[in-house]
Amino acid sequence: MINKFETSNALYKAQEPVFPRRVSGPFRRLKWAVMAVTLGIYYLAPWIPWDRGTQLSDQAILVDLANRRFYFFWIEIWPHEFYFVAGLLIMAGLGLFLFTSALGRVWCGYACPQTVWTDLFILVERWIEGDRNARLRLFYGKWTFRKWRLRITKWFVWILISFGTGGAWVFYFTDASNLARDLWSFDAHPVVYSSISILTLTTFVFGGFMREQICIYMCPWPRIQAAMMDTNTLSVAYRSWRGEPRGKMRQTGRGDCIDCLACVNVCPMGIDIRQGQQMECIACALCIDACDDVMAKIGHDRGLVDYLVLADEEVESAGGQPVSVWKYIFRPRTFLYALIWSSIGIGMIYALFIRNDIDMTIRPVRNPTYLMQSDGAIRNIYEARLRNKLGEARVFQLEITGGKGFLLQLQSSNQAKTITVPADSTYLQRFYITVPKDHPAAKIPLTQLRLWVEDIENGNRSSSKTAFNGAPE
Amino acid sequence: MKTPEKDPHTEVETTGHSWDGIEELNTPLPRWWLWTFYATIIWGLIYIAAYPALPFFGSTSNGFLGWSARSSLEADLQQHKDRHASLNNTLVDAELSNLQTGQELRQYALARGAAVFTANCSQCHGAGAGGTVGYPNLLDNDWLWGGSLESITYIINHGIRNTSDPDAQFSEMPAFGEFLEEDDITSLTQFVTQLAQAKTKELNIDENTLFVENCSGCHGQNATGNESLGAPDLTDAIWLYGADSDSVEKTITDGRFGVMPAWGQRLSEADLRAVSIYVHALGGGE
Ligand code: HEC
Ligand code: HEC
Repeated sequence: MINKFETSNALYKAQEPVFPRRVSGPFRRLKWAVMAVTLGIYYLAPWIPWDRGTQLSDQAILVDLANRRFYFFWIEIWPHEFYFVAGLLIMAGLGLFLFTSALGRVWCGYACPQTVWTDLFILVERWIEGDRNARLRLFYGKWTFRKWRLRITKWFVWILISFGTGGAWVFYFTDASNLARDLWSFDAHPVVYSSISILTLTTFVFGGFMREQICIYMCPWPRIQAAMMDTNTLSVAYRSWRGEPRGKMRQTGRGDCIDCLACVNVCPMGIDIRQGQQMECIACALCIDACDDVMAKIGHDRGLVDYLVLADEEVESAGGQPVSVWKYIFRPRTFLYALIWSSIGIGMIYALFIRNDIDMTIRPVRNPTYLMQSDGAIRNIYEARLRNKLGEARVFQLEITGGKGFLLQLQSSNQAKTITVPADSTYLQRFYITVPKDHPAAKIPLTQLRLWVEDIENGNRSSSKTAFNGAPE
Repeated sequence: MKTPEKDPHTEVETTGHSWDGIEELNTPLPRWWLWTFYATIIWGLIYIAAYPALPFFGSTSNGFLGWSARSSLEADLQQHKDRHASLNNTLVDAELSNLQTGQELRQYALARGAAVFTANCSQCHGAGAGGTVGYPNLLDNDWLWGGSLESITYIINHGIRNTSDPDAQFSEMPAFGEFLEEDDITSLTQFVTQLAQAKTKELNIDENTLFVENCSGCHGQNATGNESLGAPDLTDAIWLYGADSDSVEKTITDGRFGVMPAWGQRLSEADLRAVSIYVHALGGGE
């Protein structure tokens, strides 16, 4: 058992093997469903097609690192819009706060990749080597031919799954169907192969051998989560006031707990939930299923091990009535988190929809701030950065509003009046604004201007503010 | 050794360290942690052997991979050169007058020219090419020696008033302090500063004998300058050495002798052409 307190003078501790037993029940079924959905999304998402015309990727979800584009269905994000990704991360963070304060460590118990893959690996292990007792015998038995055969089969299946995991990852970063072809013909970039190998290795080791060690020693999340939980947060707990004193089935004067160790044997973390809240507990609720099963068999009420909040433990042990867990899920704190979370979400969706497909930033070239032409006219130099977010080349035109007598000229070899920006790219255009020497703007330090960029084909416009520097006497 | 203390709640030995009355349990580290630590040491040793790592006097160990920052930079540079080889060739081979067409070539020339300018020209003409007293502003439409791509290329190739290139432009603003009386200089100074205030129409340049006799030969009948002699237009708003009477008087008395080095011998043909196109495109090119 992982969390048994012991006194030893050893500086280092060997990993205690854990052999979780098969269990069935509503929470186990929920976990299977979550596993199917999350793994399904992970493996299949890169293969969803999405039509964006001939020049852009037709993959619905793609983080195109080489071309610095992020595609998500109808959304395309450029590097300068990275704040959307930052927003998503903030939402992910707040989402975890929300879920933690409402449901405790649900992330750990159901959705964390470490949990999901470990679950899958244990499933494979059980298929090949049998349930807990068979595995225990095999583990402590001699290295016979059978043991070798089972071990190697198991490792082989694990490696296949790990390879699939590492393999799926790379498809999020380059065109999936091309990459799949290149992968097998060994034409893909070395980075692809090294990413796959590293992820294959980590999946194999983390899911197959490290398992609970990752949660206990490596993951910062249990520590952070501890800070977000309060006495009203759901956690998996043992109703000791009901169960104690535990005793064998036939014993008289015992509580509901018959010390059958079902809860301990199914625990993937190898702990005894009856010791109370522990950092090692990932709240996967499998012990609830296991105990409920036993309680049903011996004719006691379910829920000796159950989702509980700390505050209720006191009430209930003093003889109070159990309170519905829903009361703890819907409380001001979780509403507040949900509110913040969804307002950021709505804000981002709004920002996404008001995005213009033309985008211009103007940078005045301030070295020198202004210059004089031979007839005394004052000129300022600017650089416009134009972004064409569409899949075809577009022709733009610049225009000044906010004052008469400003002459705008593009830097070009042929007196061009329009700017052609290639598909899905950024273009830097240098241009000049000149005013005659007797123009009011020529003599004052700063005049505000607004510049418009217009797609001459469809008339879409977007504007940007800038300033004109005169030559004060 | 004193007997280890035990935490009464868990019965686990404590480390004996106490902070504000809080004591730490003596929990052993997992053994794999130790193995990980050893693995990083082995990784470190391999790394040291693979890459340049150990300092010697004046050099370092080479590493069995043979990698070095310098050679990887060289490889990168070579890769870029190869990628631009064809553009580079057209830049050198094409007729100067044809260089302005071709979007890609022009972009390439402008980018390359900007780099050449920053490295070679900005110390005199300024990083933004805005110039300063004695060093012309290359952004405006006033050119001492002409603003066509050909003239600009010639100037950059051969320079001005230098001794290193026999083809350099060479004509100077004489020091009139030696030939003219003080009064004449004062009156010329006054005349030129009035020109500077662009009162050209009110001033009859032809009737100012002092100017016609001494200055028109180079600065022209109407004082509008002469590009083949590098003599500036004295009627426009742009002044290389200043339009105030002190500066003008100094110009007339002592003469001026702005020197621009020749770049033909120092820069590659591609760099020369690129920087010429860049300067021509700065805003004033004709
Ligand atoms: C040592 C200082 C110096 C450096 C370096 C220098 N220049 Fe010049 N340049 C001058 C001076 C001084 C003049 C003006 C000469 C005169 O008075 O006619 C000049 C004039 C010019 C002109 C002619 C301007 C006109 O109005 O006709 C051009 C073009 C030019 N430089 C380009 C360049 C380029 C390109 C470079 C870099 C490759 C460069 N210069 C580097 C000092 C320099
Ligand atoms: C031999 C030809 C020549 C003659 C004669 C000559 N100049 Fe010049 N002048 C020049 C040249 C060349 C320059 C530019 C010098 C330089 O850039 O270093 C110049 C520059 C000047 C400038 C400075 C312009 C500026 O932009 O700052 C003034 C002022 C000027 N001359 C006035 C005169 C006057 C007045 C006379 C007659 C007394 C005169 N020059 C005669 C050739 C001449």
